[in-house]
Formats: sequence, C-alpha cells, structure tokens
Amino acid sequence: MAEQTAKRPVSVPLMADLAARGESPEILFWVGCAGAFDDRYKRVTRAFVRILEHVGVSYAVLGMEESCTGDPAKRAGNEFLFQMQAMTNIATLNGYGIKKVVTACPHCFNTIKNEYPALGGEFEVIHHSTFLQQLINEGKVTAKGGESFKGRRITFHDSCYLGRANNIYEAPREVLEVLDADLLEMKRCKTNGLCCGAGGAQMWKDAEPGKKEVNIERTEEALATLDGDADVLLNLQGVESTAPVLPAGSNRGGSVIAVACPFCMTMMADGVKNKERESDVQVFDLAELIASAEGLNA
Amino acid sequence: MHFSFQNLLFLLVAVAGFGLFAWQARKIRANILVGRDRDMSGHVNERLWKTLLVAFGQQKMFKRLTPAFLHLIVYVGFIVINVEVIEIMVDGLFGTHRFLQFLGPLYSALTGTNELLGALVVLAVVAFWWRRNASVVRRFTGPELRAWPKLDANIILYVEVVLMVALFTMNAADLKLHQLEGKDLPGAFPVSSLLTGLFPDNLTALAVLERVGWWAHIVGILLFLNYLPSSKHFHIIMAFPNVFYSRLVPQGQFSNVDSITHEVKAMMDPSYAVPAPATNPDGSALAPTPFGAKDVDDLAWTNLLSAYSCTECGRCTSVCPANLTGKLLSPRKIIMDTRDRVEEKYNSPLIFHPSLYGAEAKHNPQEQLDKENHTLLRGYVTPEELWACTTCNACVEACPVNINPLESIIEMRRFLVLEESAAPNSLNVMFSNIENNGAPWAFSPSDRFNWADDLFVTEKTPVTA
Ligand code: SF4
Ligand code: SF4
Repeated sequence: MAEQTAKRPVSVPLMADLAARGESPEILFWVGCAGAFDDRYKRVTRAFVRILEHVGVSYAVLGMEESCTGDPAKRAGNEFLFQMQAMTNIATLNGYGIKKVVTACPHCFNTIKNEYPALGGEFEVIHHSTFLQQLINEGKVTAKGGESFKGRRITFHDSCYLGRANNIYEAPREVLEVLDADLLEMKRCKTNGLCCGAGGAQMWKDAEPGKKEVNIERTEEALATLDGDADVLLNLQGVESTAPVLPAGSNRGGSVIAVACPFCMTMMADGVKNKERESDVQVFDLAELIASAEGLNA
Repeated sequence: MHFSFQNLLFLLVAVAGFGLFAWQARKIRANILVGRDRDMSGHVNERLWKTLLVAFGQQKMFKRLTPAFLHLIVYVGFIVINVEVIEIMVDGLFGTHRFLQFLGPLYSALTGTNELLGALVVLAVVAFWWRRNASVVRRFTGPELRAWPKLDANIILYVEVVLMVALFTMNAADLKLHQLEGKDLPGAFPVSSLLTGLFPDNLTALAVLERVGWWAHIVGILLFLNYLPSSKHFHIIMAFPNVFYSRLVPQGQFSNVDSITHEVKAMMDPSYAVPAPATNPDGSALAPTPFGAKDVDDLAWTNLLSAYSCTECGRCTSVCPANLTGKLLSPRKIIMDTRDRVEEKYNSPLIFHPSLYGAEAKHNPQEQLDKENHTLLRGYVTPEELWACTTCNACVEACPVNINPLESIIEMRRFLVLEESAAPNSLNVMFSNIENNGAPWAFSPSDRFNWADDLFVTEKTPVTA
C-alpha cells in the first residue's frame, strides 16, 4: 500500500492547559533539566515526543512548572535543598492528580520512584527505555520505515541509576534489538557496568586529581568493543578478560554508542570527541535511534 | 572413659579460650552500638533468605570464579572440619576417644570427608598465598593495605596450614598406633593412611605425636578464635549478621533525613506540627546530633557492623571508577578506616594487633597535628576522597558480604555540606542554581519549555486509491 508522508507541527500539551479543560493525560512526561536545557539532550526530548505523538498516547508535560528533582543536590549531600525541591515537585504533581510519570532521565526516574514516596509522592514511574520496550511489545513501534541500522555496530552503555540502582538491564537491550543491528556488549556491562563519571554530582565539578578521566576510560572500552581492539582492552584496569568480543579489524563506520541518560550522553560524546572518533562513531539515546528508525524525524 | 589431668587442663584451656573471646565480643558489640540507631526490624523472612544466599551460599563470590572456587574449599572445609571440633571438645572434657565413632558408617564418611577437605584446604591455601604474594592481583595492593593488613592476610593462611598439619598428625599417628597394636581405628583416613610411613614405629612416640596433634589442633583453634577480632578474618562470623541487616531497598534509594523533612514541611506549611524531639529517659533534652557524619558515632550501627565484617578483599575498590582512574578514593579504605577509628575512640579489644595506633597510624600526618579534627572525617577520610565518588554503586554491587561504602560516603558529604558548608565551590554554584532557577545550570526557568518550539513529526498516511 502506498504511503504519503507529511510534516505535522506538534504543539506539546501542557498539564496546566489540560487541567483547565478538566482533562487528565494518561502519562506525564517528566522532561528533566538536561532534557529541557542541554542542547544535545533537547534532541532526545524532541525525539521522544515524536514517538509519543506517533503512537498517539495521551500525555502532557509540566513546562515551566517543572523543577529540578533535587537529585544532584542529594547526591552531593545537600539533603535540605533536595527535600525542598522534592516537596515542591510533589505538591505540583499531586495538585494535578498525576498517577503515572515517564522520564528519559535515570536520575529523575530513580529519585521520583524511590525517594519521593517517603515524602508524600506516590507515582508509577517509568523510564523511557521501559516505556519504549512496552510500545515495541505492543506492536505500536516497529522501527521500520526510517533509517536502517541493519548490520551496524551498537554497544549499549548501562547507566548506574538505571542498572545497578534499579535493576533495569533488559529493557534498553530489547529496544535496541528491533534495530536489527549488531549488538556488542562491553566487558563491563550490566551489573558490572562502569560509570560514565558524571553521577553523584560529578557533572558539575572538576574531577579530583588522578591519572585519567572516568569518561575516557569508559569511552576507550566502548571504542575497543566496537573496533575489536584487544590492545586497548588490555590497558584498561579492572577488565578481567581482555579477549575482544569481535575479531580485530577496522570498525565498519557508522557505529553507535547507545545511552539512556543525559549525563552518560554528555560524558560519552565528550569521550568520543577526545578520542577524535566523531567521524565514525556516534552517541545516540534510545529514543533517537527508535525515532529515526521509525522515520519520525522531520 | 578415663578422666585425667589432661581433661582438667583442657577444661581450663577451653574456659580461658572461650572466656577471652566473650570478653572481646562484648567490647566489639559495645563499639558497634555507639552508632546511630536505625530500625532494622521486620522483613525477617526476606532477610533470612538473603543471608542464606549471600552469606551461606556465597552467591556474590561467584562473580569471580577462581577465587570463588578456592574460597569455597576453605569455607566448606571450615564448616565440615568444625564438626570434628565438637568431638574434640567432648573427648577433651570427658576423656573419651573419638566420641563420635558410635555413628558407625556415618563416622567414616565424616572423617573421610574431613581428610579430603583438609588436603584440599592446604592446596587452596597455597594457591591463595601465591595469588596474594607472588602474582599481581591489583586489589591486594593499595595504600590502605599497610603492614598489618598485609601480615594479617598471610598469618591467616599460615594458621590454616598449621591446623591442617595438626589434624593430619593426630590422625596418622593414631592410625599407625592402632595398626601396630593390631586394632581397628574407627573412621576412614584416606589422606593420613598415605602419611603413616612418615611416622616412627615406636608406640610411645606415636602416642605422644597423637596427643601433640590433638592439642595443637584444638589450642590452635582457640587461639585463632581469639585472633579473629584483630583480623579481617572476623568476617567468618560477622558476615552473617551483616548480610542479614543489609539494605533491602533499591541501591539507588538514598535515605531521607527525617529531621530535615520536619523542617522543610514546617517551612512549606506553617500549620505543620513538628513532632517533639526524643528525650533522655529523665526527660532532659538529648544532645543534638549533627546532620550527616563527622565521626564513627554519627554513622548508623549497621555501618559499624559492616566495618567489622569487611574481608579487605578489595573487590569494591577494584571496580570503583574513581579508584580505577587514579583518584584517592578507595571504598575499602573507608570501611577499614571506620573500624580503626571506632577502636581508637572506643574499645580496643585487640590482643594480637601490634601497635596499630603507633607508628602505623601516622599514614595521615595531618591528623597528628590537629586533635580537634581527629575524627573519621578528616582524621582518616579526606574530603578529596569523598568528593571523588560518582555514587555509582559499583562497590555495593561488588561486595561479597553486602557492605555499603556509599552510605558512609554520603553521610560524610552531608556533614561537609550541611554543617560546614564545605562543598567544592562548583557544587555551591550548582546548589544556588537549583535554588534560584530550579535547575542545576544557570538557565532561566522561563526558557524551560523552549525545547518544544518548532517541533514537527513526520506522519505517514496510507494513500487510498
Ligand atoms: S559508589 Fe563511589 S566509592 Fe563506590 S564504586 Fe562508585 S565511585 Fe567508587
Ligand atoms: S567492603 Fe566488601 S568488597 Fe570492599 S574490601 Fe570489604 S568485604 Fe571486600
């Protein structure tokens, strides 16, 4: 059957407008500070909204009513500031009677899911990797009709606040599987995943003196995995087995380090830049990969 | 059964051994209880299940197969051979000989298994010694493995060999004695029967050797028991309560500080009634507790329990992203520092530990200068270490006995931020951004929705003919 494609403008629904009309959305999309302000992660936010629009789920965002969850303050030890933020946000969310929150940030996800309940904020909280997995399982997203990733190499970098913090390892991998790409696991993956270096408020400060930046260590591992480069793996501390998952050989190009967290995105992208590999390796969020495979980018 | 001077002597030795251990255990219990109260009641089944898997079942050891296998041999050997200790105790007190022999074939199975495990333990210990001293396993090095922890690790291995040699001496001498007398020794001795050739043919000498082996084995065990509180080997006992009391919530969930919750609620809602603070039994006000932790007594008692359970294996440090990239932070050091500090400030029941706080404690010269600041924070753990943590939970995931170094790190960060306003400057900037803009970066809140401008989606509609 022939298809015609059209570019449709999207006006993102604001919770305040819906409430004024007496409507309540099925999900509240919690954008997060990086999703709202960081130029690179804004593209992820927009890709995710395209998917929401595409599948026709009823959603809304808080817009200017959203405020930092308080995660960076809490991890840095500023419990007072964290609780101020938490209670303000909880009041906003409860005020709208929100039940279900979806977010593309593992830090927002962890904080709202695990730390808000004791302060009076009980919501069903879903990370976008799990949400995308559900859409795929329901057949609402097929990852067909757009860019093809067939035969390209993708390695997924586990973010700490999704993986170890909340035991979400399979959802992002299942999402990547629909792309029909060659999925490669780094030696340090899943429960043994190595941090990108930005958690615990490190994102906002210089690293302590040391031999290396954490994101460089992680990027080297990701690149060596995509390249099948044993020599690099051998030099990484803490990697128990150094046999590459792939036979040595040049990267075919167009390889992807997949992430599901704004901070991992920044750290891995900086690492790739530092290694001067931007020409053949890109860092993408799951939502971006799905949106472009589905042909939603306009 | 014939009661003799030996039995009396044994009674004295046993009472002294267990009594001394009880004395040490009481002091350590008091040390743990200086920690802050934390309600750990409830969830008993869940906790028991976890203890069964992680402590008894060694679940987390199997992340690394070689040491898991070696450790399993020594661990199972320890448990099974200790059944024999029951026999030794009864024999020692009542003058019986191989009291458990009434078990018949089961006794043969028991002694046979013991012997085989004993031999395997010796082999495993040799492998452990090799790994620790001759091969380069990175986690067995590091600044916190100073003279004593290094020596301690080897002492444990040597003692294990001595205990096994004593066991085999006892069995082989006994076996040969019975053979020469033309009698049958109950039990099975697959290893000792190979060793009898090494023993003299003289009956008196054999009888003496049997006694020497017997006494060496049990006195060795009692000495070892009293050595535990000075050693990382204490984990063979403490791992069990530590796993039992370890956290059940997701690793990403950090504790909320209740006193702050009351304050914030009162700020947001003036009608909120802050509950009356707890008081001493006589009604007087309790000494105010600081936010976060400056010293060991500001940590929860479970954190202090953990300090006594640490095996000093370094699995935590070997996966720590900060440590891997050369930063000062080592989660193992934080745990070892906690134990050292609690014994410096409170009871030091150590009887084998050589001058811990003498020359060796000078690993941080600054602490010697400033008595006031000689606390866990700054005296042992520097802010530089604490600020390097990415809160990634890799250490928590790696720890075979479910220790959570991250909890202590966060508590000390809380003290630095809330009591001393001593966060790095860049973090203070981040705090004020959140306060003023509702975001950790200096963006205007009114720009928060700009990402949605000029957004389009490609729509596909089937063309109907
Ligand atoms: S949580 Fe902190 S101390 Fe533990 S491994 Fe991660 S960075 Fe290291
Ligand atoms: S805290 Fe756990 S992982 Fe770290 S050294 Fe101690 S026992 Fe080993």
